[in-house]
Amino acid sequence: MKWARMAAIIFLLTVAGACLLANFVAPASYAYQFREEPDAAVSRHHPLGTDDLGRDRFSRLLYGTRVSLLLAPAAAVLASLLGLLIGGLAGFAGGWTERLVMSATDLFLSLPWLFLLLTVRAVLPLNVSPILSVTITFALLGCLGWAGAARMICADARSVRESEFVLLARASGNSGFRLLWRHVLPNLRPIALAQFWISIPVFIITEANLGMLGLGISEPLPSWGSLLRELQSYTAITGQPVQFVPLILFIAVIGSFHLVLHDEELTV
Amino acid sequence: MKKILVFQLLIFALASSAFAQSGGELRFVLHSEPKTFNPLLTEDDSSESVRYMTGGVLVRVNRLTQQVEPELAKSWKVSKDGRTISFELRSGLRFSDGTPFSADDVAFTMKQLMDPALHSPTGDMFRSGTGQVQVNVSSQTRVSITFSAPLADIVRPFDQVAIMSAKSPQKEMAVLGPFYVAENKAGEYLILKRNPYYWKHDGQGRQLPYFDSVRLDILQSQDTEILRLLRGEIDFINSLSPDYYDKIEAENPALVHDAGVSLDSEFMWFNQVPSAPIPDYKKAWFRSTNFRRAISEAINRQDMARIVFKGHAQPAVGVVSPANKFWFNSQLHAHPFDQKSALARLNQDGFVLQDGILKDRDGHVVEFSIVTNSNKNRERMATLIQQDLSGIGIKLNVVTLDFPSLIDRMTNSYNYEACLLGFVNDDLDPNSEMNVWLSSSENHQWNPKQKTPATPWEAQIDKLMREQASTLDQNKRKKYYDQVQQIVWEQEPFIYLINHDALSAVSTALVNAHPTILRPQVYWNIDELSLHQQVARNR
Repeated sequence: MKWARMAAIIFLLTVAGACLLANFVAPASYAYQFREEPDAAVSRHHPLGTDDLGRDRFSRLLYGTRVSLLLAPAAAVLASLLGLLIGGLAGFAGGWTERLVMSATDLFLSLPWLFLLLTVRAVLPLNVSPILSVTITFALLGCLGWAGAARMICADARSVRESEFVLLARASGNSGFRLLWRHVLPNLRPIALAQFWISIPVFIITEANLGMLGLGISEPLPSWGSLLRELQSYTAITGQPVQFVPLILFIAVIGSFHLVLHDEELTV
Repeated sequence: MKKILVFQLLIFALASSAFAQSGGELRFVLHSEPKTFNPLLTEDDSSESVRYMTGGVLVRVNRLTQQVEPELAKSWKVSKDGRTISFELRSGLRFSDGTPFSADDVAFTMKQLMDPALHSPTGDMFRSGTGQVQVNVSSQTRVSITFSAPLADIVRPFDQVAIMSAKSPQKEMAVLGPFYVAENKAGEYLILKRNPYYWKHDGQGRQLPYFDSVRLDILQSQDTEILRLLRGEIDFINSLSPDYYDKIEAENPALVHDAGVSLDSEFMWFNQVPSAPIPDYKKAWFRSTNFRRAISEAINRQDMARIVFKGHAQPAVGVVSPANKFWFNSQLHAHPFDQKSALARLNQDGFVLQDGILKDRDGHVVEFSIVTNSNKNRERMATLIQQDLSGIGIKLNVVTLDFPSLIDRMTNSYNYEACLLGFVNDDLDPNSEMNVWLSSSENHQWNPKQKTPATPWEAQIDKLMREQASTLDQNKRKKYYDQVQQIVWEQEPFIYLINHDALSAVSTALVNAHPTILRPQVYWNIDELSLHQQVARNR
């Protein structure tokens, strides 16, 4: 599997490089509308054609990837860390602490996010730049997305707490923070990583849907979410095949990350 | 010309009855469940669809000719003072449950309709004054209705008043239209069956409607609706977006119909509410006619029609769509795309373009947001406007909001700067727009509920709208309303952008379908629709 890992690393570096150098690589501005060429086919000027407003698809993909590749994993890290901290502590402590924290988690899970996000939108000013809007969105997703992860991690922490090696560690005089830091948390890493990977596509899709609420990424800034949203309708199925490039790239990037980190996990 | 049209219609009627096939089931989709079956309380599209197919009305607006035609009433007469209308009714008619129809039912319906406690949206069209409505039944076939104040167009609104039975135990479920509601599976489907007592017959003496039943599936997704049409599971789609139209046309050109420019318009406006929580310098921009005219001229409407609506639209001229043949002011033309002229207008108000950025006379950078609902076409329109305005140095932020939040900002908090929305128009008469144009009205969106008109031109619009509403001479009314259109064209409190076409898709198996621009576009003549013999036999 070494070659696969190498290929994944090269692919990710290429994507990251292209995105970081988007200002030089992109054939046009992501926002500029070539109004005489809406829905144009692939050409030398437009390597992936143009969208329905005549904007260069390739440029939009580069800039959109930059936004999502940076912010969705950042939100996933935030959500997973919060989940690890809250779920790990609750599971490790057990007893009434666990019951109390898990009740609070259940309450958080039952909150209608939609209304919360609507309230946030109502509080935010309307003249927000697209960059600030997208940052707020992903920060919100990170802050709200920890509860599911916390439940999973808590269950795992409970079984670690009751495992024989922890009993042994306790018998050797380890307790409190040292026990948590040295023995429990390292064993929760796989599930925290799994939660991290699950969160990334969820956050990207959620961001696309949040556009309808005035949150998310506002025009003309692209993101994977907004590019994938174009594929939601029947018209996309019979449209140009190049429309599916964002979806393919999205799957390839997530798959490559998984491949690289999975191998790292095996070598730990 | 008129004779030719009448002749064509006659040929069309004879030909359609000759080829019509009785029996079978008509199938199409409603995008939501009907909220009520009470015809006096309909507000939503689905309830209105059911009302149209089941309700019997005294007069009907022919959706093809836009003229009023007799239905349950054989004839009618309007008094000179415009307050009273007398109907001569057809005799021997029955409701769908067999209950006889008489003038008492019309009186009962009118009393229900005008009952303030019922809050009937249909009744609002008749509320011209504060007094009671008098209904006088002189015989089983004669009834006269007297309103407390004159109504400029007293006949046309009766197109939407479905007559209810005063005596039937089935109450509002007993109907006089071509179909009655036979089965309602909440959230799934609705079955309408042929009314056995329906009074109309075709040219060959066969009782209408031709269909035995109508199946209405409740389905939100238009994607699924289109796939079902292409598979032959439904017979038509009443209203299509341009994207879908082009896709269906690419697969089967015989299915799609572009009936031409509709009455609906897309427009934007600036918030001019004095108490709105926006900076004073922005309020000053928005109140300036030069600023609004400049924005209007900086928007390329032709591009909008070509790119967003795929050519199935035309630049809007103003208040009235050119589809409204009588009321449209033909002296007016759509504002041309001219960014030089736009900048000249802005210069008059002290705006200066510096390094590609427009600033007002106090040095404020011209930047504002435009809110719209999450509608794909409106989002695209806003994005085009964004690029157009950047051409004169204006930064526009596009914000899409869910509809309830948008309405709350428009009507309660007034916390927005500009708004892009559409206007769905079913009524040809300007009286239906009184609630938009009167400065005291709640729907006077740019600055609602004014105690006294904020500007001289709004006072002038108030005066003209009231005058046209209290005049019975149609030509005089037209003159007043032409002036209203002229003022709105000059002042642009609403910047009209686009009038889009009425697009629909109809199965080739459906006979007698002639989609129109007026709702309901495809099934306006539902009692005359039928299926080709082969298809009908298989259903």
